[in-house]
Amino acid sequence: MGEIKLPLLFKKGAEATLYLADWHGRRVILKKRLSKKYRPAKLDEQIRVYRTIHEPQLMNEAKRAGVSTPTIFLIDVENATIIMEYVEGRQIKRLLGVVSRDERERLCVKIGEMIGRLHEHGLIHGDLTTSNMILNSDGKVFFVDFGLGEKNSELEARGVDLHLMKRALESAHFQFADECLASVIRGYSRVLRGTALRGVLDKIKEIERRGRYVAERKERN
Amino acid sequence: MTPKKTKNPCCLGIESTADDFGVGISTFNGETLANARSPYVPSEGGIHPREAARHHAETASKMLEEAFKKAQAKPRDVSVIAFSQGPGLGPCLRTGATVSRALASYLGIPLVGVNHCIAHVEIGKLKTGARDPVTLYVSGGNTIVAAFDSGRYRVFGETLDIALGNCLDVFARAVGLHQEASVPFGAVVEKLALRGEELVPLPYTVKGMDISLSGLLTAASNLSEEDEHKLEDVCYSLQETAFSMVTEVTERALAHTEKEEVLLTGGVAANKRLQSMIKAIAEEHDAKFCVVPSEFAVDNGAMIAWTGVLAYRHGLVTPIEKSFVKSRWRLEEVEVPWVR
Repeated sequence: MGEIKLPLLFKKGAEATLYLADWHGRRVILKKRLSKKYRPAKLDEQIRVYRTIHEPQLMNEAKRAGVSTPTIFLIDVENATIIMEYVEGRQIKRLLGVVSRDERERLCVKIGEMIGRLHEHGLIHGDLTTSNMILNSDGKVFFVDFGLGEKNSELEARGVDLHLMKRALESAHFQFADECLASVIRGYSRVLRGTALRGVLDKIKEIERRGRYVAERKERN
Repeated sequence: MTPKKTKNPCCLGIESTADDFGVGISTFNGETLANARSPYVPSEGGIHPREAARHHAETASKMLEEAFKKAQAKPRDVSVIAFSQGPGLGPCLRTGATVSRALASYLGIPLVGVNHCIAHVEIGKLKTGARDPVTLYVSGGNTIVAAFDSGRYRVFGETLDIALGNCLDVFARAVGLHQEASVPFGAVVEKLALRGEELVPLPYTVKGMDISLSGLLTAASNLSEEDEHKLEDVCYSLQETAFSMVTEVTERALAHTEKEEVLLTGGVAANKRLQSMIKAIAEEHDAKFCVVPSEFAVDNGAMIAWTGVLAYRHGLVTPIEKSFVKSRWRLEEVEVPWVR
């Protein structure tokens, strides 16, 4: 792994702990997936190994699709650890509430475009929340945390991905969730057009109708 | 329509969202005076809404009598009638609503429509002393991770298809397990799972904060048909996989909200294995683990009565003409002014 200097606890998430460290003269993030005592050891290992291998693959593919993600430097499957670029910036989650309406719209359109590019290239993020998006000092948005992502071009997967984005906006930014979502969809439709776009939008509605006790279904009844 | 002045004002709550008909009586201070309950047990298969509603209509007066007797109270002692207005099965909800409207009109006292999911959270808080928890509510009809924020309970995660209790029930029926009287299918699976040893790989589906259980149900049901695995192992694997999924999303909500309590509620909360998993993540995040006592974990009238008290004390009443049932009423649609 080489010498890792000064590992500093950066963020303790539910699934992994992030450390900020010095590695060969670079500031890096060490992402270590923790063993969970609550689940059987075999299942625990399966989940951690799977996510440690798949996350970097998806992040690389995302770059090819034109979506900025932290560069991966090293994968240590045995320790369920990934070493990646440290993106200095601010979480979109912290920004949406403090920026101007225009800036909020610009950011959400941009995010929608990025989701569109992922989907166009057969990639699903799997956990689209505003805490998994970072704006760096150059004004570039980075997507992080692809641990729940997958390669999938089906409408169902795309629909669920956007549905999760909508849910994340509703729970974390309920004051302007509708406005943000409209902008995200606008950005998304700059990339996916025509039948592909209509298919996904219809799918989102279908997923919501399938969901539990939703307004759309209530209206229909 | 002002409440009667009695020494101990109390609220009578009627629960009828699914297979249980319940009548509970709660004082305004939160003391449960009665919690009568009658489950509808289908002769075969799952709940038939019309048959369950028929059961509720037939058992209603008996349950009311039982509740009054237990509480040593008379109908005239009640100040408010609360009822489960949704979500749930239409015919069942309508039966409970009809009984409630009749009682409120006859006694000339206010009626309060209560959201069933919120009642599960509120009774959990009342009985465990939790103040502001992340709640995992798992039952035959619901699988929800919720927490309070800005005037409402917000849904942080939920199932994208079937509920956890439903998954266990349908699996149990698919593999031909038999339900003993008053023992839920979940408990039958739990008992078999205790003797399971080998973890058979099954689909583990977490999508963001949400989960999907239908693929897992199909895979587990097919496994047992193949007969290559012991039923005990399949039960064990199904439980471990499904519970790990709900535990993972609950832990994520806990990490996200940084709350200091985790509340486990709903019918599946009685499962000891699920309790141990949720307890483990609570400890991991230095949060207090709270689990609702089993009498109040299943659908019951006491939780409706207590939530009726909370709403009524904040001036919320439901005029008869607006007391239609809402079979798809989401918990985040409801303002909860009694939570600070």
